[in-house]
Amino acid sequence: MTGEARAYRYLLRTVSLLAFLGAWQAVTALRVHLWVHFEQLPTVVQVGKEFGHRLGTGAYWQDLGDSLDRILTGFGLAAVLGVAFGVAIGRSRLAEDLLGPIVELLRPIPAIALVPVAILLFPSNEQGIVFITFSAAFFPVLVSTRHAVRALTPVWEEAVLTMGGGRWRVLAQVVLPGALPGIFGGLSVGIGVAWICVISAEMISGQYGVGYRTWQDYTVVDYPGVLVGMVTIGLLGHLTSSAVEFAGRRATRWLPRTEQGADRGAIRRRARTSPAPVRGSLSAPEGVSEDRPRTDPVPVPVPDSATPGR
Amino acid sequence: MTLSAPSTPSRVPRPPAADGARLTLRDAVLGRRGAPVLAGVGLDVVPGEVLAVVGASGCGKSTLLRTLAGLLPPLGGEVAEDGRPLTGPGGGRALVFQDDGLLPWRTARANVELPLAIGKMPRSQRRARAVEWLGRVGLTGCEDRLPHRLSGGQRQRVQLARALAGRPRALLMDEPFGALDAQTRAGMQQLLVDVLRSTRATVVFVTHDVDEALFLGDRVALLGSSPAAPVRLVAVPRPRDRAAHDTAATAAVRRDLLESLAS
Repeated sequence: MTGEARAYRYLLRTVSLLAFLGAWQAVTALRVHLWVHFEQLPTVVQVGKEFGHRLGTGAYWQDLGDSLDRILTGFGLAAVLGVAFGVAIGRSRLAEDLLGPIVELLRPIPAIALVPVAILLFPSNEQGIVFITFSAAFFPVLVSTRHAVRALTPVWEEAVLTMGGGRWRVLAQVVLPGALPGIFGGLSVGIGVAWICVISAEMISGQYGVGYRTWQDYTVVDYPGVLVGMVTIGLLGHLTSSAVEFAGRRATRWLPRTEQGADRGAIRRRARTSPAPVRGSLSAPEGVSEDRPRTDPVPVPVPDSATPGR
Repeated sequence: MTLSAPSTPSRVPRPPAADGARLTLRDAVLGRRGAPVLAGVGLDVVPGEVLAVVGASGCGKSTLLRTLAGLLPPLGGEVAEDGRPLTGPGGGRALVFQDDGLLPWRTARANVELPLAIGKMPRSQRRARAVEWLGRVGLTGCEDRLPHRLSGGQRQRVQLARALAGRPRALLMDEPFGALDAQTRAGMQQLLVDVLRSTRATVVFVTHDVDEALFLGDRVALLGSSPAAPVRLVAVPRPRDRAAHDTAATAAVRRDLLESLAS
């Protein structure tokens, strides 16, 4: 994508965000009272002032650090164990028979419903919250890994086997890299539900943490504070899921996606404006009658334009 | 894409077959458990020969090849390499697939390096060896491309390089040029003939194209023409000689094979 097109897209996003904030400011400052009551809701300006004030306090950063610490520990454990269990269940019938039923019974239980169990099991709230975060992210990762492992092209494994590779070689060179796109799908879902659960668990039983602070502010009717908490959660969630997406794109750069990825709009525009037929992969059916490398009209080495933003 | 001109007389003498594997099937039943495809198969693939296997779709060509690779244990009878029963895949029998046999997350070079790594070649030598093999199949300059950035013909060249880089004693090819257009296919056949000069490996080449079988094979095995004789062997008059295509002897064999396939 050209720099100009990229700048245009960022402009659109900024405009969208500003429009949202403007509408919020308008309905709250004008004390709009249609069926929904906006007159009690803090304005953007109030929330911004409160945010600026809190950024200067040590408590804000401690809450933020505590929440990040909990989510990264829980999510990290879930990522490692989810992939390990997913691969085992996807590859081994014994593992499927032994672990499958337990997984299927535990999976429907919402992680936040585990709070009573977590309080019984763990010596402190801290570990309980990490446990709940872990439970939330573990199952999406496990399930997507299992699906991805089962969907692998058998030919890849056969190729490595006929080269003389053993099961560890197959695992390291075929199963894990081949399942990565699916694994990252699970990690993306996992980090989202992990945030939901870490905040909820903090609200119920935490000491410190963004969720705990938000609930405290609510109990003392500090609404600007509550909204600062929400904005913080939104920003942190966006930051961590972007990090997961980014890592995913880096790890699966081999996927042939530029043709059907974010550039689709650009290609369509070009096809519409130029009378000449678009050359390469668009004009000919893939590789059936034409022995030409699939070259894209514009090579797109920048990963972040390769997938539609989520 | 440079290829030696197919018009030059190319009756290729292959080196004495000291290194090729002998692959034997005796009264073998082939297929998946509960779904046998071929029964009573007897076949002796001579060390160093190119055996082309033809047959109608679904007759068990791929099943035969997978059995020889060791990926599919025989349901009955005996399958042996140099007289010893096959126990599993590996052991110097490389398989070339019709398409998509390359690992898509590895570059062309990294794909060719994989059998070298499995063969415990030191990392420092792998790279040079892989680049050399890619050069031999005419892919110099494409080493760092991912498979989806290569054409169908180029991907099959990488597969060929990868299979041969592992110095196999048997090369098993499952319709490797089946997805290519006619021109690319002819070029690939010539390339195969050229690279086979440097190896003594036994080759089993599955195809549904009788002309391809008659060009590449020393012998042609016709599969599944009748339940009484699951394998029929036919000698090729002048193997790997393009000029032999129009001779009366080749035409007679071709007619014979086509008639058996049609029946």
